[in-house]
Amino acid sequence: MTKYLRLLAIQMRISIASAIAYRANFIIEGVMSAAWLGLTLFPLVVLYDERKSVNGWDLPSALIVMAYFTALRALLEGIVSPSLTALVEKIRDGSFDYVLLKPIDAQVVVSASRYEPWKLFDFAGAIAIAVYAFVKRGYAPSGGELALGLGMFVAGTIAMYSLWIVCAAASFWVGRLDNLMFLLGAIFDTARWPIAVFPGAWRFVFTFVIPVAVMTTFPAMALLGTLDARTIAATVGGALLMLVLSRLVWRAAIRNYTSASS
Amino acid sequence: MRSTTVRTIRALPTLLRIGVAETVAYRAEFLVWILTTTQPLIMMSLWTSVARDQSFHGFTSAAFVAYYLSNLIVRQLTGNWVAWQMMDEIRMGTMAMRLLRPIHPFFAYVSSHVAAIPFRTLVALPLAVILLVTSGADNLSHDPVQLAMLPISIGLAWLLTFAILFAIGSLAFFMTQTMALANLYFGLYALLSGYLLPLALMPRLAAVAAWLPFRYTLDVPVLIMTRTMSGEELAGLLGRQAAWVAITLFLALQIWHAGVRRFESVGG
Repeated sequence: MTKYLRLLAIQMRISIASAIAYRANFIIEGVMSAAWLGLTLFPLVVLYDERKSVNGWDLPSALIVMAYFTALRALLEGIVSPSLTALVEKIRDGSFDYVLLKPIDAQVVVSASRYEPWKLFDFAGAIAIAVYAFVKRGYAPSGGELALGLGMFVAGTIAMYSLWIVCAAASFWVGRLDNLMFLLGAIFDTARWPIAVFPGAWRFVFTFVIPVAVMTTFPAMALLGTLDARTIAATVGGALLMLVLSRLVWRAAIRNYTSASS
Repeated sequence: MRSTTVRTIRALPTLLRIGVAETVAYRAEFLVWILTTTQPLIMMSLWTSVARDQSFHGFTSAAFVAYYLSNLIVRQLTGNWVAWQMMDEIRMGTMAMRLLRPIHPFFAYVSSHVAAIPFRTLVALPLAVILLVTSGADNLSHDPVQLAMLPISIGLAWLLTFAILFAIGSLAFFMTQTMALANLYFGLYALLSGYLLPLALMPRLAAVAAWLPFRYTLDVPVLIMTRTMSGEELAGLLGRQAAWVAITLFLALQIWHAGVRRFESVGG
């Protein structure tokens, strides 16, 4: 276990070092992430300028969903996406062989092999949105709600990660598949909205088929104290089930791997 | 000069054939790319649900359906990825190969992207039919002149989008951060072209957008498709659209020429 932690720490240090090498990027990335945050919030502002509440969601609670979405997107674009894009490259040029030869679990290594440290800006933005939402709402979450909300964030992260690892595993069979990740990203975009604002059929799809509700809406409800125990159990159970399934798919994919080089 | 033009015209059919062959060869990837444009569909379902009981800024549910489906059709027909293609080729040095050919790379890029249009039409046409059936008569234009001008407006939108992205791609000759620039462009585009939300929902932003090229890549063809307007208004929109195409094309080619002069290929 410590072996893995040490390895991840080294990988993170390398990424940070290479990010710091481009110092001008610091400003560009900061400005960009603020701009994107503004862009993400824009439709929300337009909507709630006109309406008090939409299908039971008022502005502060919708902002909490947005905060979860922003934090999750920071993790996605900061760790998961760059790492798995690197994996797809390795599979294509055959250097994935060297990863498999190492005396460690390949999934752990590839899942966090590359970081974009600047995405920390987005993380800060997410916290700012959440704080603003609670100020606007008028009262802070209780300790229990906060703990539950954080726990559910972990569940949401697991659900997201599982979906992406399955997608990456698919590239063992199909070869080049980075644009499938773009597609997944486009679908993930719906997670910025509370699931309740969508019409019924979409709600079903986004809860059970592609569980974006698990990633942001349910965690937000947990933090707001409006989520019942059964949904909490189902969310955590669902996230863990996805993790197990994705692990099985990954293992099957590895067995199927035929090196591209030599 | 004359012989260059003749050469380009003679080469055009072959270039188009190559473009079609490329698109067919990567059909799976191409399809996934097309599917990635799901944003209008998501926004459509969101806003129809919001406007179900009470119209929003004058938009009924049906009006939102008509707006976002037209939006999707125009986006499918006019979308291209030339900026990303150029960034890759400049970074990897393969741009040198293009420069060696006796045809201006601009036309080579144009023809390979024009060749993709029939495939994009295959995706967009069924959508057009759905649009006509579902959102009914009152949310689409019936004016024959307007409908006749629609292909022209979409064509101009295509050229404008292409020119802007060609300019951004050409900037890769000067700087390494063009990816961030392309993202920034997309952000501005999403907001100011009506891609994310109808400009009518944001009157203050619409006033700014009126002075910028973005709305002429998407909002204008969508308006011509969905709203009945006077002949003068139509002519004005088309005229300004054509003016933006001319300005942007000129600037894009200037950036290209300045960039090529300082281009040093590595590898290739």
